[in-house]
Amino acid sequence: MPDTRPPILETRNLTKDFGVFRAVDSVSMAIMPGSITGLIGPNGAGKSTFFNVLTGVLAPTAGRVFLNGQDITGLSPDVLFQKKLARTFQIPRPFKRMSVLENVMLSPLAQIGEGIFGPFLSAAKMREQEEKIRVRALELLEFVTLEKLADQAAGRISGGQSKLLELARVLMGDPAVILLDEPAAGVNPSLTRILIERIEELNRQGKTFLIIEHDMDFIMRHCDPIIALAEGAIVFQGTAEQAQNSPTLLDAYLGAQVDG
Amino acid sequence: MMGLISYLVFFTTIASILAIAVLGLNLQWGNTGLFNGGVVAFFGAGAYGTLLLGGAPQADHIGGFNLFYPLALIGGAVAAGLLAWVVGRLTLHLRHDYLAIATFGVAVTFENIMRNAQGFSGGAKGLRGFTRPLEAWVNDGLTYNVLFLLVVSVLLICTYVFLERLIRSPYGRLLRAIREDEIAARSLGKNPGKIRLAAFITGSCIIGLAGGLYATFYAFVSPQDVLPTLTFQLWAMLIVGGAGNNRGAIIGTFLIWAAWTASGWSLSRFAPVELQIYTGTMQFILIGLVIVGMLLWRPQGLFPERLVVSQSGRKKN
Ligand SMILES: Nc1ncnc2c1ncn2[C@@H]1O[C@H](COP(=O)(O)OP(=O)(O)OP(=O)(O)O)[C@@H](O)[C@H]1O
Ligand SMILES: [Mg+2]
Repeated sequence: MPDTRPPILETRNLTKDFGVFRAVDSVSMAIMPGSITGLIGPNGAGKSTFFNVLTGVLAPTAGRVFLNGQDITGLSPDVLFQKKLARTFQIPRPFKRMSVLENVMLSPLAQIGEGIFGPFLSAAKMREQEEKIRVRALELLEFVTLEKLADQAAGRISGGQSKLLELARVLMGDPAVILLDEPAAGVNPSLTRILIERIEELNRQGKTFLIIEHDMDFIMRHCDPIIALAEGAIVFQGTAEQAQNSPTLLDAYLGAQVDG
Repeated sequence: MMGLISYLVFFTTIASILAIAVLGLNLQWGNTGLFNGGVVAFFGAGAYGTLLLGGAPQADHIGGFNLFYPLALIGGAVAAGLLAWVVGRLTLHLRHDYLAIATFGVAVTFENIMRNAQGFSGGAKGLRGFTRPLEAWVNDGLTYNVLFLLVVSVLLICTYVFLERLIRSPYGRLLRAIREDEIAARSLGKNPGKIRLAAFITGSCIIGLAGGLYATFYAFVSPQDVLPTLTFQLWAMLIVGGAGNNRGAIIGTFLIWAAWTASGWSLSRFAPVELQIYTGTMQFILIGLVIVGMLLWRPQGLFPERLVVSQSGRKKN
């Protein structure tokens, strides 16, 4: 039965040039609400650049992006986060000289104490809200198994733990669509299993995921549909089963390996 | 004995005033990572602003509004904030090094304008015609200075408490996040431009408040008070004390101000007469050495920033 719902996130001919080099080449895709879409492709295929253009980190050369049917092309990342579109980074970006807990507590929008006068004029309300945010942040840290590190400086935790911290940070803003750039890279296998469980649990709660990942096992088992980029363009789109039998997909990977 | 007491009062007053300025700089650099290379412009805006607003009318230049003193002081701080708003709008998108250069340029421009805008600033002769508040009521100079020190100390404590509370609030988290990683903060829904500007203005108001008190104390300000030397002194105080640590900023101020005064005194006393005219230059070199030495030997300062946390993970009872 074809899915007739409107996509929650959609790109139309999204293109990004770096000088004469076309990193993202007219990518059109529709992400369905409640799906876990896997985005794969060889190194340098343009996956992270696609994320950057999608989330307003980079301005697109051409093409448009829609969130819930609304044109969001060119909006900045902070505005998109407020619109419930969130992303993590391939290379984690923890706030190093802040505690792990503070990293997570930063995310909620419109906090009372975020203005200069808030901490003085609405002190009581702020404290009340802070306690709620703190409890929620600790829950999320437990969710990603980092609760013991809550009071550590985030600059001191490992690369894999930083990936988990980024996930917790993003979840704290309660986004509807979550873009993860290689969430399992550098995370040990048992933590990866936990990570997958967490993603599926959140997905059951209704969150939509678009996940870049090189771990084929992860992609084949948990993502549907799977989209492959090569040299900036979509070369495959389909289910895990179709992916396994796709000659174009094989070509894209082998081709990239032979070329580079 | 009276001479010593009177000197200590003088020393503590100036050091406390400078400490307020260093606290303002710490908000900008220590907490938010904004490299203000022209601190003295904001200090100067506060100084000139306060005297222009609170002084008596003068024949040869504008200003002299005889404003009630607390209002004049606030006005000075607001003037510094306005300058920060204009400068910030133009330069805050710049990276550290460029921001430092741009703000340094602003400070040099400020000094030049004050030196030349006769009808506004009194030019090279400086701004006179200001009477210190309540001076007529206190007939003894030392008593007046003690009272003034009291006011300055209260303001220093207020500034300290204000900032400590601020950095432990969600606002402090925002500042630190911007300092640590702007791109990440932006991806979490925060607007770095706004946050940087607000922190820059707030810090500059505090620096301007210090400038206003400084000018009040001398009942006078001239372009000599807004030379780049002061910027370097204030930076040395913050770096030695420990950027990001308000207590360190205050202690660093007292240490450096003591070292500065002592070096000036010993140079003028023990240096050969023919070198005496270079006292200022040598002090300038010394302050440079202190900054460089500190950055090499202990970049985090004597009192490094502790992990400031708005909230702890441990369960509260
Ligand atoms: N800012 C930039 N300026 C110039 N070229 C860039 C820039 N960012 C990325 N590129 C180029 O664009 C291409 C795609 O890079 P991108 O990081 O999107 O690849 P990727 O698919 O995420 O690869 P990986 O799997 O290795 O993370 C690469 O050739 C890269 O060198
Ligand atoms: Mg990538």
